[in-house]
Amino acid sequence: MRLLLSGKAKCNSHGQDSSYFLGLQAYEKNPYDQTRNPQGIIQMGLAENQLSLDLVESWLSENQDVAGFKSDGESIFRELALFQDYHGLPAFKKALVQFMAEIRGNKVSFDPKKIVLTAGATSANETLVFCLAKAGDTILIPTPYYPGFDRDLKWRTGAEIVPIHCTSSNDFKITARALQQAYQEAQNCNLKVKGVLVTNPSNPLGTTMTRAELDLLMDFIVEKQIHLVCDEIYSGTVFGSPNYTSIVEVLSKYEKAEVWDRVHVVYSLSKDLGLPGFRVGAIYTNNGSIIAAATKMSSFGLVSSQTQYFLSMLLSDKKFTRNYISENKKRLEKRHASLISGLQNAGISCLKSNAGLFSWVDMRHLLSSSTFEAEMELWEKIVYDVKLNISPGSSCHCSEPGWFRVCFANMAEETLEIAIRRIKAFVDV
Amino acid sequence: MHKNCRVFFTDFLGRLFNTIFIMDRVQGCISEVLARALKLAVGATIQLNPSNRSRGPEDYYQTRSVLNFHEPSLTLTAQVKPNAFVWITQLPLLLLSTTISCSFPANSSFVFVHLSCYFISYRVKNPTSLFSLKTMGYVSSNTKPLLSRKATNEGHAENCPYFDGWKAYDKNPFHPSQNPDGVIQMGLAEHQLCFDLVQEWLVSNPEASICTKEGVDKFRDIALFQDYHGLPAFRNAVAKFMGRVRGDKVKFDPDRIVMSGGATGAHEMITFCLADPGDAFLVPTPYYAGFDRDLCWRTEARLLPVVCHSSNNFKVTRKALEEAYAKAVEANISVKGLLLTNPSNPLGTILDRDTLREAMSFINEKNIHLICDEIYAATVFRQPDFISIAEIIEEDQEYNRNLVHIIYSLSKDMGFPGFRVGIVYSYNDAVVECGRKMSSFGLVSSQTQYLIASMLSDDQFIGKFLLESAGRLATRHNDFTDGLRQVGIKCLNGNAGLFLWMDLRGLLIDSTVEAETALWQMIINDVKLNVSPGSSFHCSEPGWFRVCIANMNEETTKVALARIREFVLRNGNKPNRKEKCGQSDLRLRLSFRRIDDVLRSPCIMSPHSPIPQSPLVRTRT
Repeated sequence: MRLLLSGKAKCNSHGQDSSYFLGLQAYEKNPYDQTRNPQGIIQMGLAENQLSLDLVESWLSENQDVAGFKSDGESIFRELALFQDYHGLPAFKKALVQFMAEIRGNKVSFDPKKIVLTAGATSANETLVFCLAKAGDTILIPTPYYPGFDRDLKWRTGAEIVPIHCTSSNDFKITARALQQAYQEAQNCNLKVKGVLVTNPSNPLGTTMTRAELDLLMDFIVEKQIHLVCDEIYSGTVFGSPNYTSIVEVLSKYEKAEVWDRVHVVYSLSKDLGLPGFRVGAIYTNNGSIIAAATKMSSFGLVSSQTQYFLSMLLSDKKFTRNYISENKKRLEKRHASLISGLQNAGISCLKSNAGLFSWVDMRHLLSSSTFEAEMELWEKIVYDVKLNISPGSSCHCSEPGWFRVCFANMAEETLEIAIRRIKAFVDV
Repeated sequence: MHKNCRVFFTDFLGRLFNTIFIMDRVQGCISEVLARALKLAVGATIQLNPSNRSRGPEDYYQTRSVLNFHEPSLTLTAQVKPNAFVWITQLPLLLLSTTISCSFPANSSFVFVHLSCYFISYRVKNPTSLFSLKTMGYVSSNTKPLLSRKATNEGHAENCPYFDGWKAYDKNPFHPSQNPDGVIQMGLAEHQLCFDLVQEWLVSNPEASICTKEGVDKFRDIALFQDYHGLPAFRNAVAKFMGRVRGDKVKFDPDRIVMSGGATGAHEMITFCLADPGDAFLVPTPYYAGFDRDLCWRTEARLLPVVCHSSNNFKVTRKALEEAYAKAVEANISVKGLLLTNPSNPLGTILDRDTLREAMSFINEKNIHLICDEIYAATVFRQPDFISIAEIIEEDQEYNRNLVHIIYSLSKDMGFPGFRVGIVYSYNDAVVECGRKMSSFGLVSSQTQYLIASMLSDDQFIGKFLLESAGRLATRHNDFTDGLRQVGIKCLNGNAGLFLWMDLRGLLIDSTVEAETALWQMIINDVKLNVSPGSSFHCSEPGWFRVCIANMNEETTKVALARIREFVLRNGNKPNRKEKCGQSDLRLRLSFRRIDDVLRSPCIMSPHSPIPQSPLVRTRT
């Protein structure tokens, strides 16, 4: 029967059989609950931000009009239900770009005409690859990277990913040498390199890129005549110094050169505003052809008009956004600090980080040997015995065994304490 | 290289890219579409030059005025080798290994290329035809393509008249008081007749919105919910609703409901699951213009028409299916399935039991898939009752149900296109599994899932809604067909959909697509109604138009009918209408071929024959 399906349906490049997804499944079978299932698995593999949702909830209770599809008391349900212009609600796009600028300290501004709305960052990334690459072309990505990229970038587009290997020796920073090597490797395999994709802040590292790293990337794409995709979906989670530098800021130093047309930003409200269910993603680019093509492609995954309307109201309330952005950072910083100190207490250190909803945890000393088999062995113990669903570095294509991504913002403070207690008990044995 | 030879692509809204004309001196206009196509094909530099338009030969512009082109004028400059010949072997719909070779007399400095905007999308997608110009070395290219072909090609097919009409409407929309002379939008298949019912429900069910005082305690859970299986309540409610719409004669399993971003996303998803690039689906004509984008653009699959005729009310016959299949086999194309829309868009008819059974046995015999697009299921407003493909496979267990996939959506049946709820319901486990993973690319907002789940679970409301909706659609349909009948205009006898399939063959100057396009332009510009010409639905017979009737209020309906009446009467009194544009039309006709001609004769022009008679050449004599 399967023979009748497409190659895409049969192949595994969606990557959903990786341990990242296996862990999620294990969790679903036996989820922790403070009262009903205190022995269950604690979910630390989900990069969700639940720390500041109460701020949105209290905004809602003060703004009841949004709720009943009312604008100035008039019902606008009809208008919304029918709204299917793939350019998106103008009010929403305006509010969204202002929010993006605010998160970047208003050091840069964004033009609502240059933004394309998509159903989540997943779709934004795929759409960009459809625009940039044909089947068989390749995108370079620094390791470790988000496991979902294999699905988002490769599966349906037929594009390839070639890793830029980064190592702990320099805190996983991108070097000119690593870039060059990856480029060379692609060429050796006869793959045409169409661009570099980076996540800044990095998922899974939780670090932001330095100005020097960004300059290096720009030099590289200028030299090779390729594109740069910057996934900045965690830009609002930067809670510590150094300050965040967006690629858009770097770009402004380039005179209106053609390189402007080759740098594209992916954004989403899933992480920064903690609303993954609402499926709001976006592509921001100066490239007119990409805006045109991606807008048309967005028909395959538009954002619900109901959601666009709600968010346009929420985000155009400047008092709310200001308070949310700063409060969210404070809470993330505090939560991050308690995870770090808890782990330290158990003799485990983390990569120094200043952003994200997770830490990149170093458990190399707990491996029986420095191999990925040993990493899997340890991971299975942690998931099934310690009952914490964390993600092994190998699922993020990390080149060194022994690193794990541990999420800290998708649970209550008490749950995190229990998780830390479990780890300590495990290490102490 | 002969450096100053200019290449002009003209777009006559013809059906085929079948001729290249060589002119010694002509200034022409090209559309942006074709400019981009040429850029792709030859890497030519494109300069925007709006003043260009005024310098063309008189006859050409007469033709233009008849067809009323409104695309911007552009000039292409390309380097072309002298003393070469231009050939285009005929491109049938199947578009296989098209060869294009060029050859220009040494003294020629202009080249006229005659293209069609309908099939440009196919052309651009066909790498053989695209790059043959380049590889043969007749035209130099020095630009490095930085974007993918998908980003720059016309595979989204949004430049066909179907969308042009929308643009005309956007520029001058009708408003009863503010712009009573504006264009009335009758090109949009929206269901706006029952909003009052939904609004009423929303007011009395504030807890259905997670943004109200009554519903806010659900906000956190819903906002965080991103499981691509969808909210269980949502899937249950949709499955139940699907059964209800089909008269509760069949049950749908919530576990087979796969979410996607509207029917658009659902069609693309099922294609990604079933077809590899180059594979094909058979689709009866006329069919929804968006399918070219939805099924083909990013997946690189293709659609092969199953040609249907008015002689039997556009019924899908076994013979037509077999013919289309045989043609594909002959052309060495792998057919992966058959795509049916039931109720049909644009026909507004439903498929009868025999046709459905015939289709089932056809796909079983060939061992190919059947995609049934049933997004208009609840718009059936009078007898006979709607028969879902689900019913057919329930009745006859012999059929292989693994081959059947239903596309559903709430955009038409409930009138919520803005909410982007699309569904793939497959009887094939592997497709369900694969489709779910693909859902990630177009999930429905959880806020919306929650609202819809509550609404669809309200049995009493849904019962009332479906009944009322059918009643109102029937009334609107009757009003409109009666009004048209009074002025002698017939429609295909339909009992579903949000539109009519209007027969204006009697108003055509002759039975050609150009005549249809000319009439359509007249309807848009003079009558100010944005209806959609049959050619944009790949109809094989000129003279049919789709008229949407459910996206406006009753007042607007009356205005639209009055305009049509006035138009028909006016034209009835003008016997010299033919003369007015007869000349150019006569000439135009020579260069176009009707779609069925093409299907019958895939190679009309010999690559060795002299340059065919061009209307433009003729205009110069």
